Amino acid sequence: MSKTKNGSQGKLGGLSDRTSDVILVIFSLLILIIVAYPLYYILVASFSNPYDVYAGKTFLLPSGFTLDGYKAVFADDSILSGYWNSIVYTVVGTIFSVAMIYLVAYPLSCSDLPGKKLISIFFVITMYFGGGLIPTYLIVRDTGIMQTIFAMFLPGGVAVGNMIIARNYFETSIPASLKEAADIDGASKLRIFVSMIIPLSMPILSVMTIFSMVAYWNDWFTALIYMRGDQAPLPLVLRNVLIKSSTSAAQASMVSGGYAELNKLTEMIKFSSIIVAAAPMLIAYPFVQKYFEQGFMSGAVKG
Amino acid sequence: MKAVARPVHRKPLGKRILDNWQLYLLLLIPVVITIVYKYGPMYGIQIAFRDFRANRGITGSEWVGWKWFERFFQAPTFDRMIRNTILLSLYSLLWGFPVPIILSLALNQLRFKRFRRVVQTVIYAPHFISTMIICGMLRIFLSPSGGLINLLFGTRIDFLTEASMFRTIYVASGIWQEAGWGTIIYLATLSSVDPSLYEAAKVDGASVFQRILHIDIPCLIPMIILQLIMSASGLMNVGFEKAFLLQTDLNKATSDIIAVYVYDQGIQRASYSYATAIGLFNTAINIVLLLIVNRIAKKFADVNFI
Repeated sequence: MSKTKNGSQGKLGGLSDRTSDVILVIFSLLILIIVAYPLYYILVASFSNPYDVYAGKTFLLPSGFTLDGYKAVFADDSILSGYWNSIVYTVVGTIFSVAMIYLVAYPLSCSDLPGKKLISIFFVITMYFGGGLIPTYLIVRDTGIMQTIFAMFLPGGVAVGNMIIARNYFETSIPASLKEAADIDGASKLRIFVSMIIPLSMPILSVMTIFSMVAYWNDWFTALIYMRGDQAPLPLVLRNVLIKSSTSAAQASMVSGGYAELNKLTEMIKFSSIIVAAAPMLIAYPFVQKYFEQGFMSGAVKG
Repeated sequence: MKAVARPVHRKPLGKRILDNWQLYLLLLIPVVITIVYKYGPMYGIQIAFRDFRANRGITGSEWVGWKWFERFFQAPTFDRMIRNTILLSLYSLLWGFPVPIILSLALNQLRFKRFRRVVQTVIYAPHFISTMIICGMLRIFLSPSGGLINLLFGTRIDFLTEASMFRTIYVASGIWQEAGWGTIIYLATLSSVDPSLYEAAKVDGASVFQRILHIDIPCLIPMIILQLIMSASGLMNVGFEKAFLLQTDLNKATSDIIAVYVYDQGIQRASYSYATAIGLFNTAINIVLLLIVNRIAKKFADVNFI
């Protein structure tokens, strides 16, 4: 922890800077614990005997250390296929969404595009007004993409909010003089896009990628209404485990010891599947944290 | 930069459109997809006023006027759904709105930069977790037999079957999940404060609390107003997912909201016209709120969203 020099003492009817530091650190620690502890508790529980968890023996460290929960998760066909489906939807959906963001954000960041205002309005309206669940469902059905991967990203994949963030970035962080210079040199708009805008916008590209990945990885409702059971992504598969507490045939075949054993396994799978489902995004976002904080900053300046 | 004024705007419109044909080409695919999957459903809203039959198509189905809306207004749970929808949002807003502001003010004054980064990173985490997982965790923590909350308080309450607990659970878990993420925008705003202001305040002997009160809060006010207006206009957009996943037969008195009813009627029972009408009713309230709020915003904060 870095040590900062203690400035002048506060006098005007307040606490000294030193005292304030202590209060602020304690407050921050408290917040840290409130946010992190539930996650830590699940992590500990995932390595413990579930009966010990429910007896209150795992507040800080695992009790009756075991990896059976994880073994059961990775031996469960429905969870594995959910995992695979989630990976496919996330990769394909993210590529699609990020491409759409760029295809819209770049033209709208060019100041001399005729009809720019009108095209912006065309997209922004969809942020505030939509057809709603059923009309969208009917369109998805009528366009024949029901129960295909296209249903996972075509209806909701054009993310207007992210487009605005990206457009603001293109306008503020890429010098206009650079674009003009390229223009005078005779580079076409497409060429400026491919060899200047894309390489110069890696920070915002990483932010858009992680935002899209998170959205697809965590989405289950789209699959609930448009997809078949065997096409379900991980969160939807886990609905049976976490929300309905039901036991799959695969789990039942794993135990030999009757109902009590099965019950124990069901509980263990709850903890470990939460970790397995949440881990990829929780590991990924700190790498781009700096960029999304900056991204919001340029957005905030724009208002 | 050289004084090469842009002559572009002096060219005739036709020439300018031609010059930019590549940009229009880039826009083509997103525009087509938006027309089909965003504007298409808007066209489909008319089934709220028709008796939609799949074999007759949207425009072939019979007009029935306000029939579905009347049916909704007379539904036995109508009052309950409206009340629950509004109260859940209102409580989420009232309790959830100040939290990120308080967190940002505290974190911004925290002088140990590395510790501050750690806190920031950790409090963003819940935002990246699926609602499904959050609800799974809630069910574990709230379990009457050995759930964390009951262990801590030595009780055996089955929280999810108590209608009186549902709003608290909904609001508190929402704050836990999103308050940290909400600090980003405020911390970004605070980072624009001129450091010399703090220096001057220190020389004058102002305490940390006084610096927050006289420098940080005035700096945040415009952003706070902006955020407040934006959240107020989405008042009827209660998160469907959590209400759907945490609903049990016993807590329906407080967990029954419009969005869940739309899903039930539309997807589960295939009453397409009825569900569309309810959705439209909800959207209409939102649009009215948005227009009101936009007008207020113009007056007070000199900002305009639409």
